[in-house]
Amino acid sequence: MSDLTQLGVKDIRDGVRAGDFTAREVADSFNAAVAGAAALNAFIVTTPDHALAAADKVDAARAAGSELGAMAGVPIGMKDLFATDGVQTTAASHILEGFIPRYESTVSQKLWDAGAGMLGKLNLDQFAMGSSNETSYFGNVASPWKKAGSNAAMSPGGSSGGSSSAVAARLAPAATGTDTGGSIRQPAAFTGICGIKPTYGRCSRWGVVAFASSLDQAGPMARSVEDCAIMLGAMAGFDPKDSTSLQLPVPDWEAALNADLRGKKVGIPREYRMDGTDQAILDSWEQGKEWLRDAGAEIVDVSLPHTKYALPAYYIVAPAEASSNLARYDGVRYGLRDLPDGSGLQDMYAATRAAGFGDEVKRRILIGTYVLSAGFYDAYYTQAQKVRALVARDFERAFQDCDVILAPTTPTASFPLGSMNEDPLTMYLNDVFAVPASLAGLPAMSVPAMLNEHGLPLGLQLVGKPFDEQGVLNAGLAIQQRAGFVAKPEKWW
Amino acid sequence: MSVDKATVAKIASLARIRMDDAALERMVPELNGILQWVEQLGEVDVTGIAPMAAVIPNTLRLRDDVVDADPLTGGGRGSDVLANAPAAEHGFFGVPKVIE
Repeated sequence: MSDLTQLGVKDIRDGVRAGDFTAREVADSFNAAVAGAAALNAFIVTTPDHALAAADKVDAARAAGSELGAMAGVPIGMKDLFATDGVQTTAASHILEGFIPRYESTVSQKLWDAGAGMLGKLNLDQFAMGSSNETSYFGNVASPWKKAGSNAAMSPGGSSGGSSSAVAARLAPAATGTDTGGSIRQPAAFTGICGIKPTYGRCSRWGVVAFASSLDQAGPMARSVEDCAIMLGAMAGFDPKDSTSLQLPVPDWEAALNADLRGKKVGIPREYRMDGTDQAILDSWEQGKEWLRDAGAEIVDVSLPHTKYALPAYYIVAPAEASSNLARYDGVRYGLRDLPDGSGLQDMYAATRAAGFGDEVKRRILIGTYVLSAGFYDAYYTQAQKVRALVARDFERAFQDCDVILAPTTPTASFPLGSMNEDPLTMYLNDVFAVPASLAGLPAMSVPAMLNEHGLPLGLQLVGKPFDEQGVLNAGLAIQQRAGFVAKPEKWW
Repeated sequence: MSVDKATVAKIASLARIRMDDAALERMVPELNGILQWVEQLGEVDVTGIAPMAAVIPNTLRLRDDVVDADPLTGGGRGSDVLANAPAAEHGFFGVPKVIE
């Protein structure tokens, strides 16, 4: 039999349905791939039995002639930010080490209900704070990709770096990600895979460890646009347990995929031409325009005047929400407790949080606490919220003249682990193209475009109108068909 | 605006994160770098703009006031709630003695 780990979501689903192979065979293949890839450090824990049990259920259902779910027989990786019943959930932080939820997040439950199984919990930046997967308590994740002529370990991006690394290395056909300010799209771009962040509210946040609640959105990461469409369909849907969940029907995105863009207008935001962007990235953007023109779209110039203020606004809004959300880690109800001899309750809080949080998490909690503190609230937090409104208004106006926006996903390709650690700001800047769509709550996707001169993948980003995941997926499909991106990392792990 | 060591110590105390002198010293320039960078938001004319808290228009829903409307978030799950507590005692969360 051919190597099943080379197959994506759609091919596995269709193959299991057709009886070309069993779900058990698929799970066995991916479990073996996961077990052999410890060098990537993509998983915090592996759950081969979960994958096998789900597969056996699918095989039995097929034998019984029952209808199979949209993800039947597809084993996936679960970002370790989703609470999984009976399986350790850490957000890659020491403060949650050993935390075993007694409930299942809505998104993961929906995936299991659709017939998917879990290969394991994927590593990430601690509390999803980071853009290189170097802030995890459980160690860095390595990208399967290497720069031509170099043996240095490369960043898989972040925060969904375990997800991107695992999917690119064929350890999983797909994985869940979460995106607060680019955490699905940037790692997808760094590793030559696809990832979509849907409209804010499409996927329930219930059971997802909170970072910045007004921005956090879950989404799928996979190797094709079709696979993302299928998996997003299984993840999305109204959930009364999330007060910001969208009470809208979930469209059949897979069935409506259509790469014919005649009559569509693609906006090119002129403010995204920024200093410090790699020439290869600018070239890929030009190429992307050509591809979409070839698909029948008209390319139009649009303006998003507040683009340069999106990132600094994000670095006030997100830490402010994080400082509030992370107040719950106090050593009382779950997770780590550090109780120095003879100390009282307040000392216990402070000692627990000092021992449990990593440096980047502490930095963001402190920034958030500062911008929310008396005397600074209006100057920082209220101002940032107003700028956020302007960023959102820019998109609203731009979408009067176009249907979807095309931009680079990142200003650079992946970089070696350890090369960007001097100054937190340089790392933040890697999300400069991703953050505006997050602030505006818009659906946005990264699709692989090409390799750069060093053999590293580059991604193109599509941003759509609210609720128009279909427009984003369709434009992504048009690029996918023309880019013909088939490069994959050479196995070294 | 910039912060000095005393201010960072104050913030760390508000955030309930214990930090020794070395950690505070290290944090001062890092926080100042970030704060100086976000200062640029002051350039933006926000006259007449309302601060945005919810990005996709949505209204808070009401549900019927019934017990255990969703069993996952309903009552009767005391043992589940306490299962991960560092010190569960007699059906409660145990904490060090608090003396006012």
